[in-house]
Amino acid sequence: MSVGNTLKHLPLEAMHEEAGARFGAFAGWHMPLTYPAGVMKEHLHTREKAGLFDISHMQLFAVEGAQAATFLSRACPLDTAGLGEAKSKYTVLLNEEAGIIDDLIVTRLGDERFMVVANAGNAVKDEAHLNAIADGFEVTVRPLKRVFLALQGPEAEGVLIGAGLDLSDLTFMTAAEPRQNWFATRSGYTGEDGFEIALPPEEAPAFAEKILADERAQWIGLAARDSLRLEAGLCLHGQDINETTDPASAALLWAIPKRLREEGGFIGAEALRRIVSEGAEEKRVGLKPEGRQPVRSGAPLMNQNRETVGRVTSGGFGPSAGHPVAMGYVAKALAEAGTPLIAEVRGNSVPVHVHPLPFTPHRYHKG
Amino acid sequence: MSKTYFTEDHEWIRVEGGTATVGITDYAQEQLGDLVFVELPETGKALAKGETAVVVESVKAASDVYAPADGEVAEVNEALASDPSLVNTAPMGDGWLWKMKLSDESQLDGLMDEDAYKKSVA
Repeated sequence: MSVGNTLKHLPLEAMHEEAGARFGAFAGWHMPLTYPAGVMKEHLHTREKAGLFDISHMQLFAVEGAQAATFLSRACPLDTAGLGEAKSKYTVLLNEEAGIIDDLIVTRLGDERFMVVANAGNAVKDEAHLNAIADGFEVTVRPLKRVFLALQGPEAEGVLIGAGLDLSDLTFMTAAEPRQNWFATRSGYTGEDGFEIALPPEEAPAFAEKILADERAQWIGLAARDSLRLEAGLCLHGQDINETTDPASAALLWAIPKRLREEGGFIGAEALRRIVSEGAEEKRVGLKPEGRQPVRSGAPLMNQNRETVGRVTSGGFGPSAGHPVAMGYVAKALAEAGTPLIAEVRGNSVPVHVHPLPFTPHRYHKG
Repeated sequence: MSKTYFTEDHEWIRVEGGTATVGITDYAQEQLGDLVFVELPETGKALAKGETAVVVESVKAASDVYAPADGEVAEVNEALASDPSLVNTAPMGDGWLWKMKLSDESQLDGLMDEDAYKKSVA
């Protein structure tokens, strides 16, 4: 792991240092991985109370203009016409082969205004890709400088009210602009109820301090963010999905309305239609290892005849599940829950079986 | 009378009568974070100096623990199978990893004592 001067730094880095964070490099950023409580307690705290995550490494783009909606429906397999104001949707950027360039949350803020949230490691690539498509449209794609905080867990709504921000009217995957240059959605990456809030960097320290003044809230690092999202069955781009995986294999077709898949119009539509009609060769599934030994990204998966039939793309220990958890890709015929497989870890055979996702039930506030 | 050595790889080795007990240091367990699994060797296994003897796994990653000298595994800490967090709570006590019969104790010459080790991680 190189920790050079090339890493980008979070605007709130001093607060994380003060809180005793241990840092590491992730997607080109110097990020807090854990705090003194440790990943296990941080993870459980988030599921029980409220965890505060600094996700300012992620990039927000304001997409604005008379053709913003048609532009986004070209760039993503997204029905912007059917996306009401203040509604958020999970979607993807596809290449012509229907490979996933990035996964995104797109929110409609007005007739001609959208907010796009992209992954840190893909932000530069996404911006270039979007700008290339934008050439033929009356639209601008503007990266925003924001501090981006996620507050996740059953107490998140109450903690925010205490911090002077009442977002109790929002339901899962809806959004608001509570103050000038602020943006908030009721969504997240943990499987819990919670919010993601973008705000101007100069207003962020005071806001974060108000949240942390509530004993129900504490900083949570990237390590627990990863174990939380893995238990929730959510993909990490660059690991579980990438430019060589398509939405059908990745089990993300739920995010692309059937009508849109048939009518096309978005980049990658033809390739996706072909993949769907021929049937994807492999499928992303949850994997539960037997025993306590974790299986991790890169471990090959074999059938009972010791033929390689897939691979693990994310794996670790699930503190709430109480056992190791993983996800990966397997041949379509072996994607059924309960199918026994073998993961090879350092020459040892670890029995695993295909397990439904998520490992811990989602607890979204659907209203 | 036992003697305790420390390595640059953050292991401790306590030697008594030709047998070494090996574990990781408090500094190491802190760096690794909460351990969830410890892969221990078979008793009787021959280990060569520098070879991976044990793998400790935290929530996020797996890390190797090396044999500090040649020898044969005499005993492993079975308690870690059900409670790997002992390595976090008592790295130099109940969280020991394995014991080995040393082939040549002089291979440990030149390792750090506790004071030198503490200075190296300060």
